[in-house]
Amino acid sequence: MALRIVIEMARLMEARQLIPIASAHIDGCLYHGDGGVEFAERLVTLKGRVAVPTTLNVGALDLLAPHRVRSDPHHAAMSRRLMSAYVELGCQPTWTCAPYQVGHRPSLGQHVAWGESNAVAFANSVLGARTNRYGDFFDICCALAGRAPLAGLHLDANRRATVLVDTSAITPQLKQSAVFYPVLGTWLGATCGGDVAVIDGLPPDIPEDWLKALGAAASSSGAVGLFHVAGVTPEAPDVSTALGGQVPLRTVSLTPEIVRATRDRLSTTQGGRIDAVAVGSPHFSLEEFAQLERMSRGKRFSVPFYVCTGRQTLERLESTTGTADLVQRGIEIVVDTCVVVTPILPPSGGVLMTSSGKFAHYTPANTGYEVVYGSLEDCVASAEAGRVIRDESLWG
Amino acid sequence: MGSDLVGRVLIPGRAAGPLLLLDAPISFWGGVDPHTGVISDPRHPNHGVAISGTVLAVPAPIGSSSSSAIMLELLRNGTAPAGLLLGHNDGILVLGVIVARELGYPTIPVLELAPSALAQLPSGRSVSVTEGGSVCY
Repeated sequence: MALRIVIEMARLMEARQLIPIASAHIDGCLYHGDGGVEFAERLVTLKGRVAVPTTLNVGALDLLAPHRVRSDPHHAAMSRRLMSAYVELGCQPTWTCAPYQVGHRPSLGQHVAWGESNAVAFANSVLGARTNRYGDFFDICCALAGRAPLAGLHLDANRRATVLVDTSAITPQLKQSAVFYPVLGTWLGATCGGDVAVIDGLPPDIPEDWLKALGAAASSSGAVGLFHVAGVTPEAPDVSTALGGQVPLRTVSLTPEIVRATRDRLSTTQGGRIDAVAVGSPHFSLEEFAQLERMSRGKRFSVPFYVCTGRQTLERLESTTGTADLVQRGIEIVVDTCVVVTPILPPSGGVLMTSSGKFAHYTPANTGYEVVYGSLEDCVASAEAGRVIRDESLWG
Repeated sequence: MGSDLVGRVLIPGRAAGPLLLLDAPISFWGGVDPHTGVISDPRHPNHGVAISGTVLAVPAPIGSSSSSAIMLELLRNGTAPAGLLLGHNDGILVLGVIVARELGYPTIPVLELAPSALAQLPSGRSVSVTEGGSVCY
């Protein structure tokens, strides 16, 4: 069945051949309904076994703290069956949307088949590996077959940037702030859709977590599977190389006005009381935990403060600095899943504050909460005060 | 019935229903409720509109790679559109239909049309999709 689907998809993608893949990342283990469980269990019945190293994206349960998810018995039972089926197929129970920060890092030019839109953007853009935006079900089919259709972003010609983004009108202070990158990504996705862009004028030492946030936002508001950052990402030592020596089809200039308007659109309400804070989409890294620990020192939060992360990151955190201080300040660490994919937020509803562009994008539809976007510092200050506190000085 | 548009057949089949041309790209995951078939993203211009039973024209897919899973559940729950017209095939929505076919669920025809042709379709009018990939209205 898996190979039949791979061949059918290859036909639809107009691929002339299949290529071997080095690894896969599977997004299909999150429960959306009984159809997905039936599909995965069918593959198990057919004695499927992945042919390449394969990591798993988030599921709908926090397996380490099951009480955290308020799901009905059917939802919980089916979520567990789905997660078990993927493990039976030979996938590693990583349960993270940031597999690239827990050791799954394909190398430059390597062909892989990844699902989860942010992971696809990261693998292509930051690592220079090659994957299309594989949808749920197709990712596991490629993993079982060990092959993917040679099409789209697997091909040199489709990785060349056709859009040039000029950021020279944006202040260096804003570009040196984490809070800028989800906004840039949101605008990029809405502006470029699925076109490949090269962004010029960003600092050469951008931390990996900021690129992660950029890609996650761009792949939420658009269909961005690959972006280049001149002087930063591996296929863009400079603008000209990223453009393949050709003239861009479009040049777009980012302005402070566009940045402010995009930032405002990430929120559905602008001020007042908040009911919860959630960060960690994509999943928090150790570095992000260290920043949060520093920022929240001496504070006690008056609203629930959820941090979503992978279980491997939690293990490393526990074996180094520990989590007692964070928990004492009112932080709840959610693993294996996150707050926009399964019911974790208090059922009373209200306003959620976040530093994640992806959470800002999906919170209203998936949780019913209103959302306010701000920096991690803003989230910490607001969680302590119980109302929105944002540093406006950066935004001009 | 008079005008015809011909698209590339991704999944063959026949369908009829009111044409719903979405005013913006959509992510089915986080955008469509698989139980009700209603557009659930409050930021989408067609928020609150039901896609069930329509011939749904999607200018561009965006967002989640789980949109294929939502498509599968829509087909399983009987809340799917009657047919799907894509301005750009990124292989995600069509995949939900392929997997539905593998599992023996009802399927729907899927066509790929040039985005410019898609934009001219008369939203709200009754249209039919033929086995050969024509959209008639």
